[in-house]
Amino acid sequence: MGNAHQQTHEGLPLEYRSETGKLNILGFWIFLGAEIALFSTLFATYMVLTGRTAGGPTPQELFEMKGVLTQTFLLLTSSFTCGLAIHQMRLGNLKGIYVWLGLTLALGAGFLGFEIYEFMQYVHEGATIGTSAFWSAFFVLAGTHGVHVAFGIGWIGLIMLQLAKRGLTPETSAKVFISSLYWHFLDVVWIFIFTSVYLSGMVMSHG
Amino acid sequence: MAKPQAAVQNKRTFPFKHFVGYLFSIVLTLLAVWVAFESELPAKVIMNVIYIFAFLQAALQLLMFMHITETSNGRIQTGTILFAVFIAITVAAGSVWVMSAGHS
Repeated sequence: MGNAHQQTHEGLPLEYRSETGKLNILGFWIFLGAEIALFSTLFATYMVLTGRTAGGPTPQELFEMKGVLTQTFLLLTSSFTCGLAIHQMRLGNLKGIYVWLGLTLALGAGFLGFEIYEFMQYVHEGATIGTSAFWSAFFVLAGTHGVHVAFGIGWIGLIMLQLAKRGLTPETSAKVFISSLYWHFLDVVWIFIFTSVYLSGMVMSHG
Repeated sequence: MAKPQAAVQNKRTFPFKHFVGYLFSIVLTLLAVWVAFESELPAKVIMNVIYIFAFLQAALQLLMFMHITETSNGRIQTGTILFAVFIAITVAAGSVWVMSAGHS
């Protein structure tokens, strides 16, 4: 690893070509490992507190598959378009990056919109973060994910501005790639929220 | 160590991997919904199946979209994530087990 060849990674995509870019990407994978550990504690809390609704509203009464599926497909598609942006980056097509990243952020914003609406709906029906242990765990888990999505939209937006200013360089391309890893990771977390919160919650009700 | 890896460079213009990843993610999501609501399997079986689908979908993201195995760092990256997944399963499944064992 500690070799002195700074610019010898000729066959690699632009984002890996500088030693810094390559190490930053590796470092971000290690960060994602820590994020997995972080979310695992929230999942553990949620699973342990399942059913502790303290006589208040239950998830079976409030969860609605239609909205959740819409959210799922919005985020899943945004992960796909984000991948296409990286594909365009590797073809050196700056315009393609803007188009696909722009679409990614729009889909991400759509996801957030649905989630905020969903949360408001729950609060309206009497399930707030303070209602019961179950709803505390639910809002913290889903909310932490939602905050990550909101942060990702801002971050990727800023990186797009920098792209417009500096063009595709080993530095900017590594940043785009790293933010794409972050975005895909949010979809991975959502898959598990979809499974362990929504699907499980509803299976248990008629199982 | 840092020898060029031709396999990494994406000369093909059609993003084949991404389409396969997207298609399978959609199929797995819909299958999970079907198993959960329509299959009439016992709840325990349903839970196992939908979790298997979730892990498969996560693997698709990592391999098809995130290119986790790329470059000479691929092994370290994969090892890091596998270790994190081990920690996550230990924390989540361990907590559930500890809190449910011994009392109902």
